Amino acid sequence: MTGSLGKDLLGLEHLSGDQIRLILDTAEPFKEISERAIKKVPTLRGSTIVNLFFEASTRTRVSFEFAEKRLSADTVSVAASGSSVSKGETLVDTARNLEAMRIDMVVIRHGASGAAQFLAERIGSNVINAGDGTHEHPTQGLLDLLTLRDRFKRLEGLKICICGDVLHSRVARSNIWGLKKMGAEVGVCGPRSLLPNAIEEMGVTVFKRVEDAIQWADALNVLRLQLERMQAGYIPSLREYNRVFGISRERLERAPKDLLILHPGPMNRGVEIDSDVADGPHSVILNQVTNGVAVRMAVLYLLAGGKPELAEAAKGGGGR
Amino acid sequence: MNRTGAPMILLRGGRILDPSQQLDETGDVLLSEGVVEAVGRLGEVRRDGNELETIDCAGRVVSPVFIDVHCHLREPGREEVETIASGARAAAAGGFTAVCAMPNTDPVTDNQAAVGFILSQARRAAAARVYPIGAISIGEKGETLAEFGEMVGAGAVAVSDDGKPVVSAQLMRTALEYARTFGIPVADHCEEPTLAAGGAMNEGITSARLGLRGIPAEAEEIMAIRDMLLARLTGGHIHLCHMSTRGSVELIRWGKERGINVTAEVCPHHLSLTEEAVEGYDTNAKMNPPLRTAADVEALQAAVKDGTIDVIATDHAPHHYDEKEREFADAPNGIIGLETALAVNLTWLVHSGIVALPLLVERMSCAPARLFKLPGGTLRKGAIADVTVFDPDAVWTVDATKFASKGRNTPYAGRELRGLVALTVVDGRVIHRRSS
Repeated sequence: MTGSLGKDLLGLEHLSGDQIRLILDTAEPFKEISERAIKKVPTLRGSTIVNLFFEASTRTRVSFEFAEKRLSADTVSVAASGSSVSKGETLVDTARNLEAMRIDMVVIRHGASGAAQFLAERIGSNVINAGDGTHEHPTQGLLDLLTLRDRFKRLEGLKICICGDVLHSRVARSNIWGLKKMGAEVGVCGPRSLLPNAIEEMGVTVFKRVEDAIQWADALNVLRLQLERMQAGYIPSLREYNRVFGISRERLERAPKDLLILHPGPMNRGVEIDSDVADGPHSVILNQVTNGVAVRMAVLYLLAGGKPELAEAAKGGGGR
Repeated sequence: MNRTGAPMILLRGGRILDPSQQLDETGDVLLSEGVVEAVGRLGEVRRDGNELETIDCAGRVVSPVFIDVHCHLREPGREEVETIASGARAAAAGGFTAVCAMPNTDPVTDNQAAVGFILSQARRAAAARVYPIGAISIGEKGETLAEFGEMVGAGAVAVSDDGKPVVSAQLMRTALEYARTFGIPVADHCEEPTLAAGGAMNEGITSARLGLRGIPAEAEEIMAIRDMLLARLTGGHIHLCHMSTRGSVELIRWGKERGINVTAEVCPHHLSLTEEAVEGYDTNAKMNPPLRTAADVEALQAAVKDGTIDVIATDHAPHHYDEKEREFADAPNGIIGLETALAVNLTWLVHSGIVALPLLVERMSCAPARLFKLPGGTLRKGAIADVTVFDPDAVWTVDATKFASKGRNTPYAGRELRGLVALTVVDGRVIHRRSS
C-alpha cells in the first residue's frame, strides 16, 4: 500500500517539510496510547511486519516492536546472527524470501549505507529504515524533532547544535535534513577529524569550540562517541575528547540561557556527556525514548495507508 | 592465394582519418596480405587472381584501429566473469583490435609462462590482439621485483601492479630503473593506500550525504607526483593509469614541462560522469579511482585536448552481476568499457565540441601504439591491416545484455549514445561487422 509518505521511509533528506509535519502531527494522538493501562489498538490488525536487524540494537528494536504490538500487528524480529545471513545469504536473497512470505512491512537496521534503499527497490513491501550505516536514521530524527517541538512549541527559528562524531553518525544526517526542512538553524561542533570535509555544503554552521556552540544554541543534540573512533585514530583519547568537547555542567552554566539536552543513546557518561548533564533538569533524553514509540507508530500507520486525519479515530475502537 | 589466406579488402569511399600522417580525406583503403596496400582515390583495383571484398564506407570514418592499453580480461582465474576470448570479442565489437591485459589475474601474470598462456589463449580466440602486461612485483604483493626481462621476452609490453599501488617508493624506483633496460613503460595505479582505505566513492558533499566513506583526490595525486619524481630520478617511463582529478592534470602538466618521462591515460567514464552517478547507491557507478566532480571532468577533457593526457583507455573491468547486486560499500570496483568507449568519447568529447574527431583517433589509436611500442595506429602503406570503420553519428541505446563481454556492469545502460562501430579488421580479416 502507498500512503501519503510513499511506499517507504528511507531517510528525511527526500521528504518534504509537509510530510515531516504530517508524521509529527500524526504521532501526537498516538502518544496517549502508551499512557493507557491496556496499550493496544487494532489499527494494524492482520498486518505482518519483520524487524530485520543486521546490527545489534536494543533501544531501536524494542521501540519498533512496541510500536508494532501496540498497533496489533503480527511481528517477527530477526537478528542477523543466528539467521541465514550468518550463513552467507546475500541481502537480495533475504529480500526475495521475505517477499515470498507476503510480508507487509520490513523494518531494517543494517551496517551498510544504502541497504534500506537497496531492499526497498527490490520488494513490494513497505520498508522502514531503522538506521543504515552512516547514512540516515529517519525515525530517530523524527523523534528528536517531536521532542524539540514538545518543549519549544515550534521548530522554526530554533538553533540546534549537533555535537560530536558527525562523520559516522546517521542520526546527525537525519537531524540535519529534518531540522532544516522544518525551518530550524543547524550547527555542528566536534573535532574536525570527525566532521565530513564538505559538511558546510549541507547548509550547517560549524563551531570549532563547544563553548561557542553553547553560546549560540537553544538545544544540543549530543552524539555518542564510539570507542572504535579512538582506536581508528580519529581522536587521541577519550579523556581529551571529554575535556575539549564534552558537555559538562560547568560549560552549560556559562550559557546565556538554559539549553535543552538531547542524546540518541546509548550514552558514554563521562565522555561526550557528563552524568550531571544527562540526569539534569534540562535533559530530555528519556522523553526522546517515549516519543520514539509514538513516532514509529505514526510512521507505521501512515505507510500502511492510514489517513492522517483519521489517526485520532483509528486509535479508538478496541483496547479500552 | 595470398599469404594470410584472407581476401583483399577494399574499403570504398569513407572519410579516411589518420592522424599519424595528418590524413583527413574521402577515399579508399586497400588491405592485402595483412598490410595496408594503398590509401587514396584508388579507382579500379587489380585483383591479380585474389578474392576481393569491397565494402562501401560512404558516410563512415575509416581510421587506424583503436588500442586499449588498460583492460582486465579476468583469465586466468575468473573465467565466469570474462575470458580472453570473450574480452577479445568485446574489444573487436568496440572497434579495438589490440588490448593490453592487466596482470591482476589469478594467478597473477608475473612470470614468462603466465605471459605465454595469455598469448596462446588470445591466438585461439582469433579476435582482437591481446598484449599481456606483466606484474611489477611477484604476486602484486609489492615486495619482490618480477622478472621483467623474461616476461618481455615472452611478449609482455609493459609492467604494472594495477589494482594495487606500489606502496614502497624504493620498489617503484627500482622498477623504473630496471624497466629502462627493456624499453617498457611502468603503468602506475596511483593510490595512497592509507588515505584511500575503506573508501567507496569520491570524498565530497555526495559522500557526506550518502554516508559513504570517501576517497580524496589527494590519494591519487600524492602517488602521481611521487612517481613522477621517481621517473625524474631514474629516467624511467612512468605511465599514469586512469587519472581522475584536476589536481593530477596540473601535476602531469608540471612534470611534462620539466621533461619528465611521463605519459598519462584517462578513462571514458572519468570524461563523462560525475560522482552524482552514485546517487541511489548505483554500484555500476562504483570504480577505483572513483567518479569525481564536474570540475575534474572538465579539467580531464581539457587535458585530452591539450595533450597533457596522452591516451584514453577503458579500464574494462567485468564483474559478475551477483557481485554488483549488493550493498554499495561491499560491491567490487569497476565497470566494463570496451563496447561503449568510442560512443562515450564521441558523445561527450566530439559531439559536444570539445575535441575534434582526428584528435580522438590520435588518443585512442596513434598515441597508445606509440607509447606502448605496439604495431598499428597508422594507415601508412605497409602498416599492419588493423582498421576500424565507424559511424560517428549513429544513435543507439546501450543494452548491456547485447554485449559480447560477459560483463553487464555499465553505468551507461539505457543511455542514448552517438557513434557506432561498423567494422573491425585485424590483420586484414574482418573480425567484427555490425549486423544491421
